[in-house]
Amino acid sequence: MALTKPFMQLRPIVAALRRHKVATLLIVLQVALTLAVASNALFIVATRIVHLSRPTGTDESHIFVIRNQWEIGQNAAQIDANIRADLDTLRNVPGVRDIFSSEAFPLEGGGGMLVGVKLKPDQTVRPKLAIAYFSDDHAIDTLGISLIGGRNFRPDEITAIGPYDKMAPPVIIVTRSLARKLFPDGPALGRTVYFADGPATIIGVLGSLQGPYAGSTTRSIDEDNVLVPARYIDPGGGVVYLVRAYSTDMKPVIAAALKALSKRGNVRLIDPMEGVVTLPQARERGYATDRSVALLMGILSGLLLLATAGGIVGLSSFWVGQRRRQIGIRRSLGATTGDILLYFHAENFLIVVGGIMLGVLLAVLANLGLMQVYELPRMPLYVPLVGALVLWLLGQVAVWGPARFAAKVPPVVAIRTE
Amino acid sequence: MWGYYIALALRNSVRSKALTALVVVLLAFGVSACTVSYAVFRATTSDPIPSRSAHLYVPQIDNFGPSKYSGEPPDTLSYTDAVALWQARKADRQTLVYPTKWQVESDNRSVPAMSMSGDAVTADFFSMFDVPFRFDSGWTPNDDARHATVAVISSRLNKKLFGGQNSVGQEIRLDGKIFRIVAVLDDWNPKPRFFDVANLGPLSAFDDTGDVYIPFTRAIDMQKAPKYDYCPSYSTDLGISNWEKYLSSECVWIAAWVELATPTDVMRYREYLYNYAKEQQRIGRFSWPPNVRLRDLMDWMAYQHVAPRASTLSMLVSASFLLIVLVNVIGLMLARFMRRAPEIGIRRALGASRATIFGQFLIEGATIGVAGGLLGVALTLLGLWGAGALFEPNIARLVHPEVSLIALTVLLAIATTIVSALYPTWRAARIQPAWQIKVNG
Repeated sequence: MALTKPFMQLRPIVAALRRHKVATLLIVLQVALTLAVASNALFIVATRIVHLSRPTGTDESHIFVIRNQWEIGQNAAQIDANIRADLDTLRNVPGVRDIFSSEAFPLEGGGGMLVGVKLKPDQTVRPKLAIAYFSDDHAIDTLGISLIGGRNFRPDEITAIGPYDKMAPPVIIVTRSLARKLFPDGPALGRTVYFADGPATIIGVLGSLQGPYAGSTTRSIDEDNVLVPARYIDPGGGVVYLVRAYSTDMKPVIAAALKALSKRGNVRLIDPMEGVVTLPQARERGYATDRSVALLMGILSGLLLLATAGGIVGLSSFWVGQRRRQIGIRRSLGATTGDILLYFHAENFLIVVGGIMLGVLLAVLANLGLMQVYELPRMPLYVPLVGALVLWLLGQVAVWGPARFAAKVPPVVAIRTE
Repeated sequence: MWGYYIALALRNSVRSKALTALVVVLLAFGVSACTVSYAVFRATTSDPIPSRSAHLYVPQIDNFGPSKYSGEPPDTLSYTDAVALWQARKADRQTLVYPTKWQVESDNRSVPAMSMSGDAVTADFFSMFDVPFRFDSGWTPNDDARHATVAVISSRLNKKLFGGQNSVGQEIRLDGKIFRIVAVLDDWNPKPRFFDVANLGPLSAFDDTGDVYIPFTRAIDMQKAPKYDYCPSYSTDLGISNWEKYLSSECVWIAAWVELATPTDVMRYREYLYNYAKEQQRIGRFSWPPNVRLRDLMDWMAYQHVAPRASTLSMLVSASFLLIVLVNVIGLMLARFMRRAPEIGIRRALGASRATIFGQFLIEGATIGVAGGLLGVALTLLGLWGAGALFEPNIARLVHPEVSLIALTVLLAIATTIVSALYPTWRAARIQPAWQIKVNG
């Protein structure tokens, strides 16, 4: 029975290992530490990758944003007129599919306006927090998002709101996530909710749209957004124009758009460096921390596994060298090359199992420790178990070279003196 | 003798090429991962002003109530509390800070209007933070009191608008209002930008400093809103529609800094903060007992998690990596030394003492360590060069290949091999001469 063979050899293997306590212990320790560190590091990589691949729900690859800062000294009416004229101008730029103005954009990493949403005007419990996107009837097409219920804004519903004005839009569109949180038991469409300054009727529900805060930090309200039908009039600040282009090569469209805006006179400042950002660029910047954490942890884990494999190869070769006589004796007593191979593989298996048991324990402890310091979820137990499998395979592959070398030892070594 | 041992070590390394190469490569990777991580870690946890940081403190007052921030007071102060602290003058020096953006114009027509960032601060800001000046030196507390339209600009902005000439006394327009330049800063770019961390958050902590500084009192008069604020209750405060109401609200957006020379002063200031909050409770503004903090600069940086996660995590994993390499090298050294048991036996039989054997093998370990260190230096340089790909640009630019870092790499490699060679060497020195000769005879 080929399968029981390695187990029949257990007793001599254990006996041999007992004579190499320190070396055995070193491999056990190394496997354990590698398992603990690598499974935690790779778990962090996985959480970061999941985090940074969250979709915004928008047609990111075709969207760019112009950060438009108003020249000082213009009143609200002038700014409102500017926005309307800018929108008309930009809409006629070749390559522009659609456009709207807002105060924030997805992946911005901040800048969104938080609003409290109440279910009753006199509600005493804390209102549900949501993030407002100023928008108009073109917002849905520009972002490339879709309504799963209700209707879009009509042009006559779009108003103008300044930073210190009352926020009381009569109609709003909300994301599905926010609709479910507000009305867990029924449809949100047609219901009335209350902002601090007045009621608003939900006329549409969006499939999904991420808020502007999404980036390296996670917030529970990243998907809870409200479209407010208004132009944002901030004489002391600015406005952002979200533009959807027909092509993913947005450079020519951006250049044409900036040129068209500059022809409208000195009413604005657009920073030459930071003034225009495409959503792919914003994604890259917003998730830079996550990417660097994932990359670093990935590289270090790879090096770690290689180091451990190298260590196993090194020590196993040493053992093979030390046991040449014994191997020769076994071979001359009738052991096949397969038996010798099996011996070393079984021995490695046994040592790695020892390391894995210690390592899983260390991995869980390390995860608990890291959870105290970083916002990390609890590592599911299958992560170190998969890691254990990887290490076990790694051990078997690493010992294969030295074991094959050992199996080549001819029986005659037994009687030869060195 | 040393030279001979080193020669022996090299000869033995040639004999077992694979094993030696493995040790050297492992060491190099372990050590260089550590030094690269350490370089970034050091850069992101360094003290922005070592000469003063021990005396600079950030007061916090809880005006939100215990249900917010899991028991910690907000990071910044409300206008009410900030001004009260500033006017009380209970510290040697104190300043209020909040970052703002300005539309900057000058008479220099060739430079178009620009949007530039800066801070609204008080007179003490410059002396407290040891801000270097190129021309003149800041404004006086008197300017604060009379809400003066004066500005301090960075050398960067001075170069852009005035070609680097002394521009003190010249005028610039900030948001359309005329300000007189009273001083020009020298190059000043503390990393992290500690005084704005509370407002801008840890992700912007390594951004460059702003270019325009004006009196806090003047900025308030101009109704210059902060870029970020945080309000205790969005249901009531979002409706704020006028500046006066905003100033008297509980929204927090102003960072306060105080300078306290001695521990007694710190204690006294803490007492003052406590009594201030107690008074607010007494007059009914706070319905909770005093909850105040006074953290020094470095504590504040740690509390704000200024060091990026990538840097602390990579430090942690690299250190673990080095530990694993250490264990690994112990095993490989053991293999290397025990393989030479017969040779040791003969040397012992010929009269070498245990101490001699011990010395020989430690030197052999150190020799390998030097080799690992040299390869490690190459990998460290490669790693620092690649830091731009691994870390965000504003972090990566803080890291430079310095002599101290190179020295650290080599030292760490030698220390690691010597530590890992200790046990194998001890085993080698214990070898019984007679037994070795007999078995192999």
